Amino acid sequence: MRGAAEATFRERIARNRRNSLLLFVTFLVFVLAFGYIIGYAWVGDPAGAFFGLVIAFFAGGLSGLLSYYAGDKMVLAASRARRIEHDDAPVLFNVVEEMAIAAGLPMPKVYVIDDSAPNAFATGRDPEHASVAVTSGLLEKLDRDELQGVIAHEMSHVRNLDIRYSMLVGILVGTTVLIADFFLRSLWWGGGRRRNDQGNGQLQLILMIVALILAILAPIFARLLQLSISRQREYLADASAVELTRNPKGLADALEKIAKDQEPLEVANRATAHLYIVNPIKRFEKHSRSLFSTHPPIEERIRILRAMETGGVPQTGRDAG
Amino acid sequence: MGTAGTIIVVAIIALIVLYVIFTYNGLVRRKNQVEEAYRQIDVQLKRRYDLIPNLLEGVKRYFKQEQQVLEEITRARAEAMKPQSPREQAQSEARLSGAIGNLFAVAENYPELRSSRVLLDFQEELASTENKISFARQHYNDSVQEYNTKIQSFPAVIFARAMGFTEREYFEAEGPERESVTVSYD
Repeated sequence: MRGAAEATFRERIARNRRNSLLLFVTFLVFVLAFGYIIGYAWVGDPAGAFFGLVIAFFAGGLSGLLSYYAGDKMVLAASRARRIEHDDAPVLFNVVEEMAIAAGLPMPKVYVIDDSAPNAFATGRDPEHASVAVTSGLLEKLDRDELQGVIAHEMSHVRNLDIRYSMLVGILVGTTVLIADFFLRSLWWGGGRRRNDQGNGQLQLILMIVALILAILAPIFARLLQLSISRQREYLADASAVELTRNPKGLADALEKIAKDQEPLEVANRATAHLYIVNPIKRFEKHSRSLFSTHPPIEERIRILRAMETGGVPQTGRDAG
Repeated sequence: MGTAGTIIVVAIIALIVLYVIFTYNGLVRRKNQVEEAYRQIDVQLKRRYDLIPNLLEGVKRYFKQEQQVLEEITRARAEAMKPQSPREQAQSEARLSGAIGNLFAVAENYPELRSSRVLLDFQEELASTENKISFARQHYNDSVQEYNTKIQSFPAVIFARAMGFTEREYFEAEGPERESVTVSYD
């Protein structure tokens, strides 16, 4: 069965690479069109549209480049993670090294977050720039096999290029929100001078309405897209983790322990919640089957892993979309 | 007909040449991956050979009556370090793992030793190194599997052998290795 698993993980990498490119192009077109329409609606002539286009290009481009090249450092700093070496936490460091070897990846940087809530995430645009961060609570509460399952899950995100893909999605969402917000605020402050004398007042009005609808709906759709991708890739990373450890029980036990733990993770917020192996904001996750949750229901993930355990054959869970 | 025909023929030849180039590069990449994976096993094996003398040194003063356990490890280590075929290597590594497992089992009878930092640290390092060895093998086997499948599949199979790509041998004995790891780790 190893062959099938291997093929799916190659396919997954290829798909994430392809999707990343597609997303980048969509992002560019979307941001430019958004800027164009808002610029036109606001100022009321093609020069305004051009102005909007340029602003959107720079706002999107700048935030995009910044997130792509420094996003991992920003996330690690925001999570108050500190870098460790082998002697600071030998077991954690060894387990990460084991999983890097199993995945055939370079050793990522290892970080610890001082928080008693058990959780973990991985970041970095490619395997050469990857970091894995775990909370001190996770180290205390999990045994070695469970820790290995969690790290394998994170290394799978690294290997499958999930992080780059979800980072690009995040940039798309962020820029969309930024531009929409800018537009809505500008309306509030009395933007949109009408130039009826030029006879294109009606066009401007229509564009104004289109822009208004876009500014309200685009961030919601972008966010829903992001959340659905975020949920889907958790199942895939669970399946890939089993590919690495050949032991579904470790990860299943770990998820069970993390699910039972009711402590909230203080350093997590809405912007970083989707990164973690389990949603760190427990309060929002009570009824997690909603479109607005960052993670699939944890009971469902545990159920799939338990099925692999008894079935013996590692299957790729819900390998859809 | 003349020019159109020539264009079609040239296009087909160009496509075939391109295909062969891409396939060749893909095979080279996979072959390098297999070799890289194999080197990784060696790195981890060497790390374990280097750890063992330190462990024996740390443990020696705790038990006097168990000389044969220590000697067995030394012997198994020397045996495993000899150059040999992958199959023999796997067998002698399994013997070495067994000998180290014995040491930890015997250490249970020495409360002082059992709780000493020396033993706990080495237990973690050795268990981890054994895990690394078996994960390196797992990765090697996965790479070999991918590479072998590629050169055995049509149409690469037609010219893969002619270009010097041959099947690689798997690392056997993955099963018992993994079990000895769980025994030696507490």
